[in-house]
Amino acid sequence: MASKKESTFINMVLTLLIVTGIASATLGYVYELTKTPIEAAKLQKTLKAIANVTPAFDNNPSAEAYKLPVENDDSLVCYPAKKDGKLIGTAISTYTDAGFTERFFIMVGFAPDGSIINTAVLSHKETPGLGDKMDKNKSDWSNQVNGKNPANFELKVKKDGGDVDAITAATFTSRGFVDAIDRAYQAYMKGGKHE
Amino acid sequence: MNKLQIFAKGFLKENPVFVLLLGMCPTLGVTTSAINGLGMGLATTFVLIMSNMVVSLVKDFIPDKVRIPSYIVIIASFVTIVELTMQAYAPSLFEALGIFIPLIVVNCIILGRAEAFASKNRAIDSILDGAGIGLGFAMALTILGAIREILGSGKFFGIDVYSGDGALIFVLAPGAFLVLGYLIALSNKLNKKLYKK
Repeated sequence: MASKKESTFINMVLTLLIVTGIASATLGYVYELTKTPIEAAKLQKTLKAIANVTPAFDNNPSAEAYKLPVENDDSLVCYPAKKDGKLIGTAISTYTDAGFTERFFIMVGFAPDGSIINTAVLSHKETPGLGDKMDKNKSDWSNQVNGKNPANFELKVKKDGGDVDAITAATFTSRGFVDAIDRAYQAYMKGGKHE
Repeated sequence: MNKLQIFAKGFLKENPVFVLLLGMCPTLGVTTSAINGLGMGLATTFVLIMSNMVVSLVKDFIPDKVRIPSYIVIIASFVTIVELTMQAYAPSLFEALGIFIPLIVVNCIILGRAEAFASKNRAIDSILDGAGIGLGFAMALTILGAIREILGSGKFFGIDVYSGDGALIFVLAPGAFLVLGYLIALSNKLNKKLYKK
């Protein structure tokens, strides 16, 4: 390999500069190219989650969305679902830091009186095969909160004295899941629109 | 070594999981189900083919002392491209594999092949090597995932095989080691039979 570049200082600097330069340019291009489809896919997912957690509506919930403040200057986005002008449910995009890994996001639908209609997982990094059972695609574990009103249904796992059966081998994920619902419920009861 | 041998060696003789024992972290981590194993294997195959090709094309321009950082940048770029493309055009697959995709960067199979093969061979051979090793990896992960899924959750590719929950241990880490151990023993036996001289 006579043609191989020698490892002189200038050669090394130049090579690394060129390699990283080309890599950044390519990635920038791919990022621009996939930006719109990724946003569309995310929006699609949000819309689908709204439809999943509220009864059939005839308005455009994302156009009427409003924000509810929670701790640490964060806020939850609420999507009111209406039929014939009357509020029939509110989908709230909520999060938790109490899960097993980092913060994850779920969508919870509340009836105007605050009872839970349904839930949907938006994005998470919980352990595959264990924590991801909170996702409806993996198991129907999360259905146990449907129809319950947190006013008389303790949103805690049974180990912590609540009413929720935790996922086997994924107590932390279950804790996070109910923590997210509880955060949305508290915020909704405090400042949400109920009619 | 002819072209077919370069391609075929990845499946048994130099299978990255069963013989070289490379890339153990994704192997043990993602194979909780057959579809996870297959998806991870195929994504890795793509990255492996592309990085092998590029590394063998640029090998003469890269000074020896900075070759590892250069290879890593090349590999990481392809992984990010896969991640973005999947997110944009196959969101459901991305959801299933999401957290494993960035892990491909640290999969030592890829850097291993760049260093051991692509940096010494021509582009066409390197592509074949990448495809063979990659598909061998995908095959190993799918088998491992399928066994763990059947024993651990009673399903195969998400379809119920028998009712009941299965033995949880096979979904957890110890099950991965157990199944992998038996599979390595099996592949050793096969290799001894096939390549006995």
